[in-house]
Amino acid sequence: MALLMPAPEAEILARRGELLARLAKILPAKDIIADEIARRAFECDAFTMYRALPLVVVLPQTVAQVQAIMALAAQMNVKVVPRGAGTSLSGGSMPLEDGILLGLSKFNKILEIDYENRCAVVQPGVQNLAISKAVEAAGFYYAPDPSSQIACSIGGNVAENAGGVHCLKYGLTTNNILGLEVVLMGGEIVRFGGKHLDSEFYDLLGLMTGSEGLLGVVTEVTVRILQRPGVARGLLLGFADVESGARCVGAIIAAGIIPGGMEMMDNPTIRAVERFQPCGYPLDAGAIVIVELDGTQAEVDHLVAAVETIARDCGATTSKISQSEAERLQFWAGRKNAFPAVSCIGPDYLCMDGTIPRARLPEVLTGMERLAQQHGLRVANVFHAGDGNLHPLILYDASKPGDIEAAEALGFDILRLCVAVGGVLTGEHGVGVEKRDLMGEMFSEIDLAQQMRVKCAFDPNGRLNPGKVFPTLHRCAELGMMHVVGGALPFPDLPRF
Amino acid sequence: MRRTESTLRGSAPSAADDLAEIVREAAARGTPLSVCGQGSKAGLGRHTPTAESVTTSAMTGVTLYEPEELVLSARAGTPLAEIAALLDARGQQLAFEPMDYGPLLGGAPGAATIGGMVAVNASGSRRIKAGAARDHLLGFSCVTGRGEIVKSGGRVMKNVTGYDLSKLVCGSFGTLAVLTEVTLKVLPKPETEQTLIVSGLAEEAALAALRLASGAPCEVSSFAVLPNVAPGLPGPVAALRLEGPAISVAARRDDLALRLADFGGRVETLDAAASRALWTAVRDAAPLAGEGQIWRISTAPTQGYRFVDALRRAGAPLLAHFYDWAGGLVWLRLEPAPDAHAGTIRAALAPLGGHATLVRAGEDIRARVDVFQPQPAALAALTRRVKDSFDPAHILERGRMRAEF
Repeated sequence: MALLMPAPEAEILARRGELLARLAKILPAKDIIADEIARRAFECDAFTMYRALPLVVVLPQTVAQVQAIMALAAQMNVKVVPRGAGTSLSGGSMPLEDGILLGLSKFNKILEIDYENRCAVVQPGVQNLAISKAVEAAGFYYAPDPSSQIACSIGGNVAENAGGVHCLKYGLTTNNILGLEVVLMGGEIVRFGGKHLDSEFYDLLGLMTGSEGLLGVVTEVTVRILQRPGVARGLLLGFADVESGARCVGAIIAAGIIPGGMEMMDNPTIRAVERFQPCGYPLDAGAIVIVELDGTQAEVDHLVAAVETIARDCGATTSKISQSEAERLQFWAGRKNAFPAVSCIGPDYLCMDGTIPRARLPEVLTGMERLAQQHGLRVANVFHAGDGNLHPLILYDASKPGDIEAAEALGFDILRLCVAVGGVLTGEHGVGVEKRDLMGEMFSEIDLAQQMRVKCAFDPNGRLNPGKVFPTLHRCAELGMMHVVGGALPFPDLPRF
Repeated sequence: MRRTESTLRGSAPSAADDLAEIVREAAARGTPLSVCGQGSKAGLGRHTPTAESVTTSAMTGVTLYEPEELVLSARAGTPLAEIAALLDARGQQLAFEPMDYGPLLGGAPGAATIGGMVAVNASGSRRIKAGAARDHLLGFSCVTGRGEIVKSGGRVMKNVTGYDLSKLVCGSFGTLAVLTEVTLKVLPKPETEQTLIVSGLAEEAALAALRLASGAPCEVSSFAVLPNVAPGLPGPVAALRLEGPAISVAARRDDLALRLADFGGRVETLDAAASRALWTAVRDAAPLAGEGQIWRISTAPTQGYRFVDALRRAGAPLLAHFYDWAGGLVWLRLEPAPDAHAGTIRAALAPLGGHATLVRAGEDIRARVDVFQPQPAALAALTRRVKDSFDPAHILERGRMRAEF
């Protein structure tokens, strides 16, 4: 099943020379990448299945330059694709052949650290982990920690509403930012929020977060920083099967305990991790659950004992409690390496990202196994167990004819299954191009029309990152006029791409 | 069409389809429609008399509650008190502690609906740690100003599928859509709580010093400075709340008390019951009780005191005030004035950042004065385009937030 992007507009391609000349008036030559070979480096993000050569890549260094680029793009009716560190797993920053790729990598400065107000003001190209490093000495950190945190940028985190292993307790990006500076299509600049809480009017800060680069270009982010908990300890629990592990996770939450992190891996993943970088996971376990408890010494000791008892009652076959910071980090090392490790057991993998109500895990697992067999592929599973976010890793071999298509088809079937049990297509990776054509599984045409109307409020000509998130493109005027009759929109025969 | 009850307030449909038809019909006529649950917050926002109204009061009932999954769904008109009781029976709660505006606005306590709570993005003193309604709304269904039934989000904890419209409806005061059903994240109640009360400090010193002392590892979940007499307490006092397992609360109380000793002042401990009573009062702005006009200001924690200081220097007739959210939330009660002191207040706040909302004043004043913080031109224009995207005919709660729509 080939992914169809909107056909490049001949009218834009024809004016590439003019565009380059006008960009040269905004940016120094070194910040414009027009050469084909150099542009190739940008042809995809971490969703590598699909690629496109951008019309031109620009790497501005100032907000004024971003404004000028956005004004020029609007004036020339050229598309723009914003890009942070290029680590999107859903193709959120996949370039368009008729679009400017606007890279924010040179916006890499931490502008202000304000400990008293518990926040930091940073440029969007700053690495996620760099924020925590910058405030570490003072005992602070930035809570959301996606697996890609050594590479991904905070601007990209805002675009995708990135999560991580600690978000059940500490929230996603959206719960950990206070303010944004955004350049709209056309070059207008707006600020949402600041160092204070809540919005004065509509919560556009919240709307921007997770909008996948379709509404505006983020040029500054004010993040909340938290004081690091005094103590953190990990438990490594082994279970005979995933179902017992899932039961234990449910029992911990039912007991009123919200751990700082709670992750689960199935046996194929455990084996892959142990082969990649041994970290003491029990190879014979059907599943392991890593539980991290943080807080004060007294609280953590109390909770560790409580969780250990619950695990025993749920039939844990092994139970290790970290006795040192090094051991705690070792428990996590395997989890953080799970994706690269899985490459050891299959040449390529496709990472899915559905979220399901946790109680439905056993039937979803059985269903996934059945689907994998149907498609003749294997699946390894990593779960953010506390919040029901699944990362099935579909193993395939890109060099084998038909394997890519089978992997994609299996991925789609797995996500359909997630939606069918009351879950969603994506918990933290974004829709991008990857899950775009599945949006109809979760939303009606009317639901999607409302979302597209919101986009029109920001980008009336549909020039910002088009072809992502929404399976069909509608002109804003048409959306405005559209009336829904009997639950169906007119123009059912509109071309889908 | 199913039977739609008519009340003094207007239509009270019990099904979303009927509500959609009412809205579509009003949109076709271009007739403004006021939207409410039980009307407990009718006095909030700009005052605009509207001939026709619709209430969600007949759309009630919890439709999903799975304690182990930390999720609850309810139809928009469900009384908040009913939901709180249901959660309480399972040792859970809405962690953001939604404020009850009733008493402050001269109404009865406990009259709010879950839909109204979302519509004003309610929160309480735990906002600094646990967030507001916006941080807990996982998904919703609504009828937009076009009369279309739209859903967004879901029932799972982690979801980035499509735009996060949940954030938009929180705090939109019904101006974008009429909520019909909401799904919220619920959390375990802390096992117990205690509050340390420090008296005998000057207001500025209390705010600055305690802000530094109150962080981890003590995990203070609420921090208020009450210069006026709080119920049963001598003022001015700083109050710091500790919540969690008993063993942890006790250890942190000792740790915190030790840190506070450096600042002078007398330190006392409130037990769980007294602590709960205090924070319920602070949540509902009870320390402001009395006649006058009331404002709520959100600013950076370090700016709260500077703002109040600037107001005093400008000669604003302050009758009462207090700080919550570690100094970032300022509640004011002032002697009445025809402009409710909007000019003075917003001028004092402008260099500090944040927003000021007029919470209580006469109807005529709330019709004249900008109740919500005015926005810069580009942001105001964008806000209006967002409104248009949901409600192009401007029929829902016309004038409630802005005179222009």
